[in-house]
Amino acid sequence: MPSQLVEKYFRVENLPHIWCPGCGNGIVTRAIVKAIDNMNLNKDEVCIVSGIGCSSRASGYLDFNTLHTTHGRALAFATGIKLSKPELTVIVITGDGDAAAIGGNHLIHAARRNIDITTIVYNNHIYGMTGGQYSPTTPTGEKGTTAPYGNIDANFDLCDLVKGAGASFIARGTVYGAKLLEKQIENGIKNKGFSFIEALTICPTYYGRRNKKGSVVDMTTYLKDNAINISAWNKLPKEKKIGKFIVGEIYNNKRAEYTEEYDKIIKSL
Amino acid sequence: MKAKLMQGNEACVQGALKAGMRFFSGYPITPSTEIAELSAVELPKVGGKFIQMEDEIAGISAAIGAALTGVKSMTATSGPGFSLKQESIGYALMAEIPCVVVNVQRGGPSTGLPTAPAQGDIMQSRWGTHGDHSIIALYPSSVRETYDKTIRAFNLAEKFRTPVILLLDEVIGHMREKFFMDENEKIEIIDRIKPTCAPEEYKAYKVLDGEIVPQMPDFGEGYRYHVTGLVHDETGFPSGNEKIAEELVRRLINKIEDNVDDIVEFENYLLDDADILIVSFGASARSSKAAVDRLRNDGYKIGLFRPITIWPSPEKQLLELSKRVKKMIVVEMNAGQYFLEVDRIAHGNTKVEKYGRVNGELITVDEIVSFVKEGQNA
Repeated sequence: MPSQLVEKYFRVENLPHIWCPGCGNGIVTRAIVKAIDNMNLNKDEVCIVSGIGCSSRASGYLDFNTLHTTHGRALAFATGIKLSKPELTVIVITGDGDAAAIGGNHLIHAARRNIDITTIVYNNHIYGMTGGQYSPTTPTGEKGTTAPYGNIDANFDLCDLVKGAGASFIARGTVYGAKLLEKQIENGIKNKGFSFIEALTICPTYYGRRNKKGSVVDMTTYLKDNAINISAWNKLPKEKKIGKFIVGEIYNNKRAEYTEEYDKIIKSL
Repeated sequence: MKAKLMQGNEACVQGALKAGMRFFSGYPITPSTEIAELSAVELPKVGGKFIQMEDEIAGISAAIGAALTGVKSMTATSGPGFSLKQESIGYALMAEIPCVVVNVQRGGPSTGLPTAPAQGDIMQSRWGTHGDHSIIALYPSSVRETYDKTIRAFNLAEKFRTPVILLLDEVIGHMREKFFMDENEKIEIIDRIKPTCAPEEYKAYKVLDGEIVPQMPDFGEGYRYHVTGLVHDETGFPSGNEKIAEELVRRLINKIEDNVDDIVEFENYLLDDADILIVSFGASARSSKAAVDRLRNDGYKIGLFRPITIWPSPEKQLLELSKRVKKMIVVEMNAGQYFLEVDRIAHGNTKVEKYGRVNGELITVDEIVSFVKEGQNA
């Protein structure tokens, strides 16, 4: 029996989902609907836009206005929706390849405009749908089917990237800390501007197995053991930061929102 | 009747506004940029939205997103940008989202001749996106006709829930000519059909009896449906079933092919007694028409057939003509693209020749006259 939360926000007739056993995507997707539930948003006024990839299949399972677009372009489609109908709550679900490789240009420009869209990147550090190729967030040295001798690319820090581009709310959570992730998404939706939440998730099938990361529990525990909250991070000496990563609400700085600025032009004419 | 001096690109925007355009997203590119510039000026005045996106792909993608909220949207570009937009054009075809894509053509391939005219995107407009599909492409040949056909592009997009391509020549887009407008002129405006059933009974991709396309609610109206570029069943959700895939792709093709008589428009000029027929469109048709006049004075029985809808092609009309005339000459600013279509339709009924150029220069009246008289490129 699905839980009340699933019953309320999922298109249960479309379940089971396509994700592999042990995949973290379900945890992130649940955190999104829980955040929506916490805010008591009207389902008719929420629009979920996704790209292409494992994570982007989430839109089909969710009972909102849902748009499953082309690879990398979710934010461009979402920009059209939001600008055209600002009263809709627009949430973009995307993955690391979708958002940061093929869709990287749209990501930085949506952040630059500070348009009121909440973007949740399911970062599993790999292209899962196509079978395990290295992505822009695959750590240097790790393997993928297209990096058989180890990845020599440097990997993006997505939160730094969107901060540089102008996002007004930035957070990073993990599938270990689902409750924290849920709060981050909620605060992201509440922010009137471009909100970016990087959800570190796990791909045991294509990333974990090839890189010998152990079981699903091992991979999840890794996220717990190496995450350091932003408040503690700044006090840590340099050597203690090696191999660790920041979680928490990294940045929150209100500034003019795009659709509101456009409406001012309309009113002025 | 009021006369104005108007540029083709401007007429396109005026037509779009008349048709109800309330959203434009695009990227600057010669020779279409004035369409974006004028949209930026005019749209906020009527409560509409303009946005300059980060690239061509985003330009069409945002227009598709906006269309889902219930507005009429448009994007405009030229050759290189048209190439970039092809994937999203396919998305709009597959997901049945109405929008208008203007391509003010320029010389190619690649960056080509940015400020020079060419008609080299005839086949790209037909087959630019991958997969089997049908498409509607309109091709005006004057400033006034650009206004009218932009309105028609929106009407067809709404009626058939499909992206409609409007092809302009650089010289039509940038030319200023006299534009007559009767203030009292009746202009038909078509809007998409919206569902009246309860949301729980709504099936996003089911075509109801007597209708051509599925009914389309706006995002935010309570119907909460799913839109995808994947093969989908009538509920809108993805399916890998071969029967569903076959039915969907056939339906998308047939909704256009079965309505060709409604979609196709053309102009016949002095065809009644003609034994030589020129087939031409856009700016080339203007030279062709003048050539027909001059050749008539010299005693030639010659006429012009000008497709205004180039896709789907006016197959019935061209086939009929191919049985009547001794020769068809396709005059176009390319190496022979529409020629392939005309030759296919004529099917050996008559001789089909091509006259074209790919150097960024207009085809002149003199050239056409001497080609008809001497049967060779001038």
